[in-house]
Amino acid sequence: MKYIKLITTLVLTLVVFYCLNTKLGSVPPIGKFLNPVSGVWQNDTNEDISGNVTIKGLLAPVTIHYDTQLIPHIFAENDTDLYKAQGYITAKHRLWQMEFQTHAAAGRLSEIIGNIAIDYDRSERRRGMAYGAEKALEKMQNDPEAIKFLEAYRDGVNSYIETLDEKTIPVEYKLLDYKPERWTIKKTALLLMYMTKMLAGGDDDLEYTNALRKFGKDRFDLLFPDFFDVNEPIIPKDTDWSFIDVALTPTPQSELPLDSIPETIEKPHPDNGSNNWAVSGAKSTTGNPILANDPHLGLNLPSIWFVMQLSTPEYNAMGATLPGALGIISGFNNHIAWGETNATRDVLDWYKIEFKDATRTQYKHDNQWKNTTVRIEEIKVKGAKTILDSVIYTHHGPVTYDHTFKSDNPKAGYAMKWVGHIGGNNQRPFLELNSAKNYNDYVNALKTYTAPAQNFVFASTEGDIALWIQGLFPNKWKGQGKFLMDGTNPEHDWQSYIPQAFNAHVKNPERGFVSSANQHPVDENYSFYVFNDGYETYRNRVINDFFRSKDKFSVDDFKALHNNNYNLKAAELLPTMLKSMDVTSLSSQEQEIFNEVKSWDFNNDIEKVGPSIWRAWWYKLYPMIWDEFDSDDEAMTSPFTYQTIYLLNNYPNDPFMDIVDTPEKETANDLFLLAFKAASKELIDWKSKNGDYNWQVYKATRVGHLLQGLPAFSRFDLPIGGDANIVNATSETHGPSWRMIVEMSSPPKALGIYPGGQSGNPGSQYYDNMIDDWAAGNYYKLNFMQNADASGNIMATQTLTPSN
Amino acid sequence: MSKQNSINFVVTIIIALILSQFLPWWSVMVAGFVSALFFSLKKAAVFFVPFLAILLYWSVYAFIVSSVNDFTLAKKIAVLLPLGGNPYVLILVTGIIGGLAAGISALLGKQLSMLAGR
Repeated sequence: MKYIKLITTLVLTLVVFYCLNTKLGSVPPIGKFLNPVSGVWQNDTNEDISGNVTIKGLLAPVTIHYDTQLIPHIFAENDTDLYKAQGYITAKHRLWQMEFQTHAAAGRLSEIIGNIAIDYDRSERRRGMAYGAEKALEKMQNDPEAIKFLEAYRDGVNSYIETLDEKTIPVEYKLLDYKPERWTIKKTALLLMYMTKMLAGGDDDLEYTNALRKFGKDRFDLLFPDFFDVNEPIIPKDTDWSFIDVALTPTPQSELPLDSIPETIEKPHPDNGSNNWAVSGAKSTTGNPILANDPHLGLNLPSIWFVMQLSTPEYNAMGATLPGALGIISGFNNHIAWGETNATRDVLDWYKIEFKDATRTQYKHDNQWKNTTVRIEEIKVKGAKTILDSVIYTHHGPVTYDHTFKSDNPKAGYAMKWVGHIGGNNQRPFLELNSAKNYNDYVNALKTYTAPAQNFVFASTEGDIALWIQGLFPNKWKGQGKFLMDGTNPEHDWQSYIPQAFNAHVKNPERGFVSSANQHPVDENYSFYVFNDGYETYRNRVINDFFRSKDKFSVDDFKALHNNNYNLKAAELLPTMLKSMDVTSLSSQEQEIFNEVKSWDFNNDIEKVGPSIWRAWWYKLYPMIWDEFDSDDEAMTSPFTYQTIYLLNNYPNDPFMDIVDTPEKETANDLFLLAFKAASKELIDWKSKNGDYNWQVYKATRVGHLLQGLPAFSRFDLPIGGDANIVNATSETHGPSWRMIVEMSSPPKALGIYPGGQSGNPGSQYYDNMIDDWAAGNYYKLNFMQNADASGNIMATQTLTPSN
Repeated sequence: MSKQNSINFVVTIIIALILSQFLPWWSVMVAGFVSALFFSLKKAAVFFVPFLAILLYWSVYAFIVSSVNDFTLAKKIAVLLPLGGNPYVLILVTGIIGGLAAGISALLGKQLSMLAGR
């Protein structure tokens, strides 16, 4: 009896131990997690930001002042110490995010969240993300100084990791029950790939190929023109391109493969985009140029940006950094200011590969059989067996789709050609910008930048404004890369690149301002082939109209423009829709909704119901028009909004307006009514469930935690207007992830804010403290300290001292 | 509460307090186990005395750590788990988890001490 009881209690004890010490499903190891001595309770603390910290390998002490927004102002004696300190301080506030984003880039999420991430990880491996990072590091080896700085940053991050123990590791590690690994310079390269994928990893070549096959060339060209009928390009239309003495690549006589594929890998979110602009001194109320930037990226916590001031005796820069990368990315120094928007160029193409046999060791190119290489991808999975995935590489790039992945033919595949695989030292240009003093320094800094291509806006205290569209762009023949290409035909390869000096740019234009909002970079007169692969068509026109509306602009005008909610898209279609409606056919409830939207002024402000009705109506209308594109067997993408509205206004009786599944022949007017009735029904249902559908609650903007939007660590229903395609580009999950305005006085005066907080710790008051002010359209004055002895607005000071 | 109960209660907390400084969370299991070996209790007290001791220890510890930070993270964890966002419920749950671990291991300690003839 004694023994039975003993054994029973022993088993019971072991079971309790196991259950409380092990992560079960999504429940963290609950004993370990809730232990107040070292578990999650220990993360319920504010910031520890004063005193002395000793760091191995520093050459001299580094002073860090924190201001009241928890923005660190780093003063170092030399560059190596500066980047070491940047690594240390960034890790101190954002370590988990840095590691998570680079794991995501490398296709290593299964390692920490288990088998639900396997498909995602395979996509990233087959996209060649780590391959691209390795290529980038190869290129960076030619720049030993950059490598030295990357290593200093790495050592700084690792110095911080070494201080961590069970108790102090960030809360997400405790939740998922794993440990941080050491930072490497490859992780910085991976972070740059993460940005390259986000901003230059999109294309619709395979979808376009399917549409071309299905509808024929004439119909395709109507739906997807290279240029829309309106074009307000980034580089003004009257630009003289006669200095370009390199010819467009001639178009070869050849056939395109018209293959079809049922499904493609995930593409970057269409709401990724940005605005930037600058006015010259002559157009500014103070006589100083003013510059603004607001990148529209995923609204996440921790935020993609971390604001810092980086200073050495040689230069002094401030602005938004990307945790994981060195230097300031969007910011200013004592002489210049700069900011980016995405250049959205087609730098990703697909080639059909013909293998010799099912072993896939050789493929056909230029009438020869050439050897493939294989990269064995090892995907570790938490709580399950490691998965091996063999990815075949050709000279084009990785064969992303083959019979093991989203395709079915063992003797064929589709290879990706991507600028992200060419490699480039894309860290160096930012370091150069940080210390640039004038226009020439800015131009020189950008020269070697390859990807993701950006529209770099510029302003200087000397009075110059400029905008270069910089990246590595293939010099394509007309039509090249719009569709799947023939991987056996060498004429289908990228033949050459546009020489950097011929990248489109503008300096001090007569109109007194430069701007970009992801629109078409140029008009038809530019010497190289640039087709519309998803250019924005609304924000740019509102911005440029604004700058043409009067002679001089102030910082307050800039703020107003950032927060401008004018919905040009609705303004270009809604009047047609309203006019077409036969009001007598509407029920009284529907009439009420009709009258609400009729009295709307096209501003997407939070208290209005007009924007909600417009959206509900448009969301019903758009798929009705493009029902021809519904397909389970072929990957398809329906036409862009601008062209859709153009057809509705100009070709209301086009056969595409017909709903294929009904016996009637619908026209645009029929669709307006059908869509309105469907939208009204939805709005009425919505109202009965949630109450009034004003724009704030109907849109429900949220800032979600990076880890699958964990609600506990996210913010919901933010009171902010705007939407995609509006200058205030705040949709549900995307929006101005950083807003900056810099006036080029000496020293420059700057404002900045972002939807998050400087701390990555959900237990800190600085985790999400800027969100409310951001939503309200407020800004913080950035405290640009001129030296380490500066005072005022300093919350705490920390000194990093050498340990040797 | 008998004298033996009180001694066990106090000793459990003291052992847990000391061991938790260098052992992981299961230091409370060791505490429950060891105090049961040396200060044997009877019937339900075998479980409940160490249970209450550690419930008190973990709850108070959690309260002290979190209250200086206005329960900022505790409120969020109480959404995550989910406990209605109430940090006091999270504190109680923390205490119960620790107490349960200590109480169960105390049962084992009691059986072992009986085997040793104490």
